[in-house]
Amino acid sequence: MNVAEFLDMGGYAAFVWPAYGIVAVALLLNLILPLKRHQRLRREIGQRTAKTAPPGP
Amino acid sequence: MLFAVGLYGALVSAPPDYQQGDSYRIIFVHVPAAWLSMSVYLVMAVASGIGLIWRIKLAEVIARTSAPIGASYTFLALATGSIWGKPMWGTWWVWDARLTSELILLFLYLGFIALQSAIQDRRSAARAGAVLALVGVVNLPIIHYSVEWWNTLHQGPTITKLDAPSIHISMLVPLLVMTLAFKLHFVTALLAGARSEILEREQGTRWVATLTLK
Repeated sequence: MNVAEFLDMGGYAAFVWPAYGIVAVALLLNLILPLKRHQRLRREIGQRTAKTAPPGP
Repeated sequence: MLFAVGLYGALVSAPPDYQQGDSYRIIFVHVPAAWLSMSVYLVMAVASGIGLIWRIKLAEVIARTSAPIGASYTFLALATGSIWGKPMWGTWWVWDARLTSELILLFLYLGFIALQSAIQDRRSAARAGAVLALVGVVNLPIIHYSVEWWNTLHQGPTITKLDAPSIHISMLVPLLVMTLAFKLHFVTALLAGARSEILEREQGTRWVATLTLK
């Protein structure tokens, strides 16, 4: 089986690839968004605590 | 605890792909997404119940974090099913028992998320959400048995039957591998989300202050 045949998916390329595409996007978003949120939270809380209570000894 | 959560969060799962022609290949993402949409709901409901009864904060965190992930799996199951249905059934959508009950599951997730975000206080939000989650559990057996109880366009169960699954082993194995990959993805996404959730809830405590100043 060559690459073109594989990409063609037996004529169902227009259905198979978008299906896999949205799955990939959704799965990645589920990992990227929490990581970004975590970074943002750490930064925000860090800034706030640095202001109110300077790091002790 | 955050340390353990962070370690697990680093274990990113990359779903392995299976290469073989034709439109049925959507099954390898459709079925795991559909299975997980139901088991994640069960996780959410059980965690909600634990949070409701014993007031364990971590259970509330798990329930709250599971909801958007489960909702995305439900969306994926519906969307890939729809894309699959177009060439196979000739339509994107039918008001079929299986499809409708899965759609209700999506609305349960969305309702849970909306209810929780509408309530400022995290603990009362968790309690209100828990009731909704537990009531919604009745939908799970309905989804599972919908293809047997009603005449439907959706094909009958091919794998979770008591006798031998009516699917060839060469298709069954990648399907199970994909399902395992989805499960790992859920655990990873859950822990990644729970980490932030805990930080947000516990801000103001000493350990969060120490951690974020590093």
